[in-house]
Amino acid sequence: MRRAADRLWRGSAARTAVASRARAWHSLAPAATDLPVLLPAATRLARNAAKARRGGGPPLRLTPAHGVVLLAVFAIACGVAQAQAGAGQPSVLATLWKWLPVLLRGFVFNLAISAMAMSTGTLAGLVLGYAQISQVKAVRGVAAFVTHFFRNAPWLVLLFYCMFLLPFQVRVFGMTIPIPDWTKATFGLALPVMANVAEIVRGAVQSIPTAQWESAASLAFNRRQTMWMIILPQCIKRMLPPWMNLYAILTMSTVLTSIVGVAEIMTLTGRALSAENRPGLLLPFYAFVLVLFFLYCYPIARWTLRLEAKYAVDR
Amino acid sequence: MDAIWHWFRVLYDTTGINLPIFYDAFDRRRFVNGLWMTLALSVISIIASVAIGVVGAWLQGSRLRMTRRVVNGYIQFFRNTPPLVQIYFFYFGIGSLLSTTGPTGHPVPLVSNVAWAIISLSFFAGAFNVEIFRAGVEAVPKTTIEAAESLGFSRLRTYLLIVLPLAFRISLPALNNNLVNLVKTTTLAYAIAVPELLYVTSQIWSDNLNVPEMMNVLLLVYFVLVGALVLAMDRWERAIRVPGFGA
Repeated sequence: MRRAADRLWRGSAARTAVASRARAWHSLAPAATDLPVLLPAATRLARNAAKARRGGGPPLRLTPAHGVVLLAVFAIACGVAQAQAGAGQPSVLATLWKWLPVLLRGFVFNLAISAMAMSTGTLAGLVLGYAQISQVKAVRGVAAFVTHFFRNAPWLVLLFYCMFLLPFQVRVFGMTIPIPDWTKATFGLALPVMANVAEIVRGAVQSIPTAQWESAASLAFNRRQTMWMIILPQCIKRMLPPWMNLYAILTMSTVLTSIVGVAEIMTLTGRALSAENRPGLLLPFYAFVLVLFFLYCYPIARWTLRLEAKYAVDR
Repeated sequence: MDAIWHWFRVLYDTTGINLPIFYDAFDRRRFVNGLWMTLALSVISIIASVAIGVVGAWLQGSRLRMTRRVVNGYIQFFRNTPPLVQIYFFYFGIGSLLSTTGPTGHPVPLVSNVAWAIISLSFFAGAFNVEIFRAGVEAVPKTTIEAAESLGFSRLRTYLLIVLPLAFRISLPALNNNLVNLVKTTTLAYAIAVPELLYVTSQIWSDNLNVPEMMNVLLLVYFVLVGALVLAMDRWERAIRVPGFGA
């Protein structure tokens, strides 16, 4: 539209002055929008939406208040369960203390699954993301399809897929190596992580201004050198916050493996509850699980926010 | 039609690729019902969650501090807990309290598991939608609202006719993300035995022992389902984009 207006104004010398003044006014207007009918909140929302789309989920925004509320729920649930306890039954906290080693072992198992899925998924995702910006069209197309395929499939379906389709043992040179279910579950969680990491990589590389490529080319860097020495180092800063957010999402998703029968904290909590057979314990035990997850995810969420503020480049 | 169904029978006999959802009428009906259930869960939850978002964003702009606090608490609860926990909380926590005694003397739940799945999914996505619409509403300048007021619009009509249409366009990209996420989350209804796609598929493969085939069918169906939604929303997003806004 602006160009059309320019064309209209072109012609007489007297009008050119007006046109240049109009252009100057345009350059003063905010860069992201030409319309004064929308406030900066619109730009912020668009930016956050793009970020969430790339990062595989909305950012976690945990505050200390959430921890306080969770602890309060835990305390109240303990109190209610204590009041319901019959004579001669051990106290709620004593029961929890008894099961604590089991629950913590389950939680460590969750963390191990998340760490392994994250590292596998990140390695595969870096390769896939790199393939997405390849110069070979076929490679680019296949990589984009794979990324979209695994981003569109629900996490639970991918988990089922790996749980049921990977063999429970493999024979290598006459040796039978069993594949435990948690390995398969890890693999199932690594697939969506891979696709999301690939998207984060692609988004970060594309967000680097073209001028960087051009100036590298003018300094006689070839494509690979430009990529590894100029573009990717700048990308790491942009990739780190969404990558950490993805890790927090993954950590919370490890409880999904309980549906397919991996002995992680949800499964073990369920078993402990059925062993105790006291309905009142349900709420304190699950509240305890939530508190554990909060304690682990809160520092990650805080750190992500800090890194984001520190590395804020795309303002 | 029968020829096509028969072809899958032949396929099974010749190659061993067993797809009873095509040649077996019972499994076909089961599968189609599961697909409908997933679609129904998705569509109803999408509509309900958008409604929650619109109403919630309006309530958040309320002059009463208590209303704003309640809405805020709702958002905080549903944003920061895993959806699986929410479904369990509704179905086992609240659902077990809401039951009557049936004719046989056993407790009968007042609200079915399907209804609980829809309720919890709608509340889950709705919490995000409130925030999304809220940000969209914030982006509409006060001057626009004042202009509407000066033309004699009431507060509700200003919101519905002036603010919301503008805010909706701004919110659509974020809304799009959230609704896609919601459709993917419908699989969690499996955990409370809602007969949706994942659940019926697992029934079919345990009856026919054809896990690989059904797994691939399942993955493909979800890919197509979510892919179609992403494509449609992307197109819509581009069609009603505010011109000149955003890159």
